[in-house]
Amino acid sequence: MKRKLAASELIFKILSYLFLGIFALMCLYPFVFTLSSSISSSEAVDSNQVILLPKGIQFDAFKTMFTDNLFWNAYANTLFLTVFGTVWALGVAILGGYALSKKRLLFRKGFNFFLVFTMWFSAGIVPQYLNYVKTRDIFNSLGIMDDKWLIVIAMGMAAMNIILLRNAFEGVPSEIEEAAIVDGATEMQVLTKVYIPMSKSTIATVTLFFAISRWNGYFWARQMIQNSNEYPLQVFIRLKLEDYTNLEYLAGWSENYSANSAIYALIICAVIPILIIYPFIQKYFAKGVNMGGVKE
Amino acid sequence: MAEKVSELIFDEQTKTYSMDPEQVVRDDVEKHHWLNTAKTILKDWRLYLMLVPMLFVFICWRYLPMYELLGSFKLSQTGVEVNDQLYLGFSSFKTLLFGGTELSMEFWRAFRNTFLLSFYGLCFGFPMPIILALFFNEIKSNIMRSTFQVLTYLPKFMSTVVMTTLVTMLVKESNIVSGMGVISQALQAMGIISPEVAEAGLLKNPDLFRTIYQVSGIWEGAGYDSIVYFAAVIAISPTSYEAAQIDGAGKMAQMRYVVLPSILSTVVIMLITRIGSLLSVGYEKVLLLYNSNTWVTADVVSTFSYRYGGMGGGGSSQPGLASAAEMINNLIGMVLVIGANAIARKASDVSLY
Repeated sequence: MKRKLAASELIFKILSYLFLGIFALMCLYPFVFTLSSSISSSEAVDSNQVILLPKGIQFDAFKTMFTDNLFWNAYANTLFLTVFGTVWALGVAILGGYALSKKRLLFRKGFNFFLVFTMWFSAGIVPQYLNYVKTRDIFNSLGIMDDKWLIVIAMGMAAMNIILLRNAFEGVPSEIEEAAIVDGATEMQVLTKVYIPMSKSTIATVTLFFAISRWNGYFWARQMIQNSNEYPLQVFIRLKLEDYTNLEYLAGWSENYSANSAIYALIICAVIPILIIYPFIQKYFAKGVNMGGVKE
Repeated sequence: MAEKVSELIFDEQTKTYSMDPEQVVRDDVEKHHWLNTAKTILKDWRLYLMLVPMLFVFICWRYLPMYELLGSFKLSQTGVEVNDQLYLGFSSFKTLLFGGTELSMEFWRAFRNTFLLSFYGLCFGFPMPIILALFFNEIKSNIMRSTFQVLTYLPKFMSTVVMTTLVTMLVKESNIVSGMGVISQALQAMGIISPEVAEAGLLKNPDLFRTIYQVSGIWEGAGYDSIVYFAAVIAISPTSYEAAQIDGAGKMAQMRYVVLPSILSTVVIMLITRIGSLLSVGYEKVLLLYNSNTWVTADVVSTFSYRYGGMGGGGSSQPGLASAAEMINNLIGMVLVIGANAIARKASDVSLY
């Protein structure tokens, strides 16, 4: 009896190590391969000799990229969109979530429905596109020629994030708020001195959701930004990929590294900032998933 | 008249009639209801002011686009305000749904692809995170488990562009300049795909699009999605396992009688959510992976309207028709979401929204 038990346990343990090991390696491998290919020589990359480790080291792909002004421009644009977009979206979401968390708010049910409905039904990409074009014209006529501002203000707002914040604020005991009001705190002070410090972890999670979606945003940036100087990094990568897989473009390729290496180098540059902060933000993401189920 | 009398109360001592004091209060409340409402709003004006930015963003960029949906009942005319376009009624919908034309076939193909991409995701992508979570639970060494978890969550943080660029490069065709992608090579070496298919590039092959979509989806999301199941698995008290062991339960029996019942509610909720979003496919990923060779299996409703709405530049521009196509999809999707939410609410008193 005892032996049989131990055997099945052992088999299970080996199986799980094996399975998880393979899956983890599969998740890691593309990144290692990308890094190796970006610093391998032209012959090695083009003739498929690079499988895992780099062959015939060169750093020219990175060097060329780092001297390309358009690349730095795209990076700066992404930073702009991430920083301003996150600040704007978070501000709007905190204010809205706070107001919605108050039971005394009139038409509270109506406002909630107003939010949730956008999660159920979306107008679709073509009506959204027509709407964005119109608002872009309005922005331009107001003298805001930089289309990045339209993206910052109009996009990336998610009803789910506001609801997460609302729920966190609802969890703060109302006695603390009453005590603060007795002490003469205004509504804004109650929010900044009581509610925000008490829901720090939810706010951190929502901030990350906003920031990651801004950093990774592609589709609408490509659709709405007219001036190619204002393209963010993701659009820049995609356009480069389209260039470098175009045979006519490749025929004129004269660099001493492979065009593939150039793409891999770009991917590495797009991924590195996330990899650097990833260990610090990972736990907040895990938290965010578990906040998904919501009691009402 | 009788009504009036009944409201009056006759006082025996003073021999006078007087109004029922409660009724007086009620009348007063009624009279001042709107005044009071206005007063409460005025008193809490800061709260309502806080709502303004949110309302502004949602009205301007979530609800105003719905106004553009009017275009699906009208004749698309460029440069004409949607309200002033010629009214056509349901003709766009009829053309799409029962037209019997090439266009209608294309719409139905897109609708079918949308459903199939989600459905296969449900079949193959849904169980994977659960399996991962069960295996995570088997690994008792904290360091090993954290390492596995960190590595498997990692792809989730890559953008769609980076992910699709990687996929494109890993399964690329071989051309005059460079050889085929490394995954194509491996698959060919293992004899899973024929050399001709590998040479031509897997993304150019309509038969393989769905597989690539699902595998890359699992690669990207399975680790991250396992978090929620893992939280349910580690919540199981160790005494439950011990009790099962004393009763002579082997590993499989423990899985069957201890672990599965404990995570069942989470699984059911996630399953219902998944079913609710069967008709919302991430169009960005499809748009970045598909090409005209794979439209047969890859074209979803969103990308269909992307092309017909004149967004990608080139092609025909029929925003009305394109809006109609997505509206059909999104309306059915909405019914699914609301239905799923209602079932989830019944099943577990946890509402998803």
